[in-house]
Amino acid sequence: MSKTSHKLFDLRAKWLFFFIVILLFSGCKEKQENSVKEPVLKISPDNEGIIVPDGFGVMKVADSLGAPRHIAVNSKGGVYLKLRKPIDGEGIIYLEDEDGDGIADSKKGFADYGGTGMYLDKNYLYASSDEEIFRYKLNAEGEVTEPNSPDTLVTKLVSYRTHATKSFTMDGDGNIYVNIGAYSNACQETDRTLGSPGVMPCAILDSAGGIWQFRSDKFKQSYGEGKRYATGLRNVVGLDWNYKLNKLVVTQHGRDQLNTLYPDLYDMETSAKLPAETMYIINEGDDAGWPYIYYDQFQNKKILSPEYGGDGKKTAGENAIDPIATFPAHMAPNDLLFYTGDMFPEEYKNGAFIAFHGSWNRAPEKQKGFLVAFVPFNDGKPSGEWQIFADGFAGIEEVYSPSEANHRPTGLAQGPDGSLYVSDDAGGTLFRIVYNKK
Amino acid sequence: MRKGHLSTHTVAIFLFGLGLIVLLNSCYSSKKENKGGSKTQIQTVSKSPPKVPEAALPPYMADGRKVYRQVCLTCHQANGKGVSGLNPPLTQTDYVLGDKNRLLEIIIKGSEANLKDNTSEYANVMQGYGMLGDKEIANVASFIRNSFGNKAEPITVEEVTSFRSANKK
Repeated sequence: MSKTSHKLFDLRAKWLFFFIVILLFSGCKEKQENSVKEPVLKISPDNEGIIVPDGFGVMKVADSLGAPRHIAVNSKGGVYLKLRKPIDGEGIIYLEDEDGDGIADSKKGFADYGGTGMYLDKNYLYASSDEEIFRYKLNAEGEVTEPNSPDTLVTKLVSYRTHATKSFTMDGDGNIYVNIGAYSNACQETDRTLGSPGVMPCAILDSAGGIWQFRSDKFKQSYGEGKRYATGLRNVVGLDWNYKLNKLVVTQHGRDQLNTLYPDLYDMETSAKLPAETMYIINEGDDAGWPYIYYDQFQNKKILSPEYGGDGKKTAGENAIDPIATFPAHMAPNDLLFYTGDMFPEEYKNGAFIAFHGSWNRAPEKQKGFLVAFVPFNDGKPSGEWQIFADGFAGIEEVYSPSEANHRPTGLAQGPDGSLYVSDDAGGTLFRIVYNKK
Repeated sequence: MRKGHLSTHTVAIFLFGLGLIVLLNSCYSSKKENKGGSKTQIQTVSKSPPKVPEAALPPYMADGRKVYRQVCLTCHQANGKGVSGLNPPLTQTDYVLGDKNRLLEIIIKGSEANLKDNTSEYANVMQGYGMLGDKEIANVASFIRNSFGNKAEPITVEEVTSFRSANKK
């Protein structure tokens, strides 16, 4: 009896051992093969190094994507990414996850131009180059059917080297709002040059430095067919339509180089901290004051730019709008998304996520940014201070130069299940943040 | 007796399992190390330049560094790598390490002199620094040609002076 049970036990132990070895083997492999039955999101055990609030998880949807800028997710979870520069002649990538584990399984490309802007509605995918906006017809599955023959909605927008990207959003009512960034830092006669005065009035504002409105159902529109919707915005990369307010909301990149251009007025440390990066609610006809003023978040005032006779204290821009939220200088808000999903906890609903690309203009001070921020909203207005939602994209504690950062958040999109997608144009990675608290 | 026999087996299996878990852990951690390894190494190199005794450094390095911090560092950064898409790097590039007059032209007249075209990968313009003295220009040019891993012949004050007189309008 005892002998039989011993034998039986040995057999069981052998099986157990065998089982453990197999388990270990599959653990060591990059991909698990047994995900056929139940699609379970493959959240990274270390959240890919990204620090998120308790109950959230992060996964890497795909990497080696080049420099993805703005992104959009269709109703079945397929992700479109606009690339800053085309790779092998393809400037838009489409990623699909076939087995539901959240990791992209297939990758297709089309569109032979680089750019930043991207937007998706039920019927079309919209994407921008630095001069144009195109649209691509979608089928019922949310897939582009004719990648080689888009309609050209907007064309011939000014594009020089500086602030050339054309970010845009739509209002669900057939209007497109596109940022035409000012091709200048502060409208000096000679850009970024010591002692060069500001041009009065700033001629750039005729064709740039603001938001232009176009229709989504008309072809080949340019300045003549569009409307300058708002002016005095230096460069807006993040913009989203707030459906609670039924208004456009934007995030502006504040001016650079107060110290290098005006060393007598601003020391390096002050220059690293000024001016604020700003968020505005935009009404038609608004003027945010660039280049004549900048926003000082310590004095909470619009300050006359030194190019126009300012000294760091004189206020100006009485008719210019005030920001609804401010952020530390130079962090570069590159995308804005109002969260309307049901996955995240209630406090996130209708609040604003902002992708901060990370600064360069704080040198020699430590750089800042490289994070996704959150601003809670109530009744269409910020109801609290901004907070860090996802951090650690840089991958190192202290960043002195953005070239040291592993990842730089650039684009945001909400998935059909309420996941938040974050693109990174430095490391070429697409992240997905989910709430998975049981 | 039977019970004792069983527990010996359990202990053995437990130990074996434990060993394998340790193995598994090392498998994961070695993977992590591989991931971050190369990047970390680059940082270490760029953050701590080879320590050479101060006395051994030619004077243009210290003087050039001062000028660099004042007028170049904000855009080109402490590590000389610039900013992707905005400000070009000074590391391992032809315009820094190649023809001396080409570099002097950029420093004195600004980037538009040589880099003007809409296809440039870098958005920001650089002003000319012709207001700097010949010695400051020679120092900063020599400094960038011999920093951030660069190694090229320094530029002398005489070379700056003769470039300026040859390029007078």
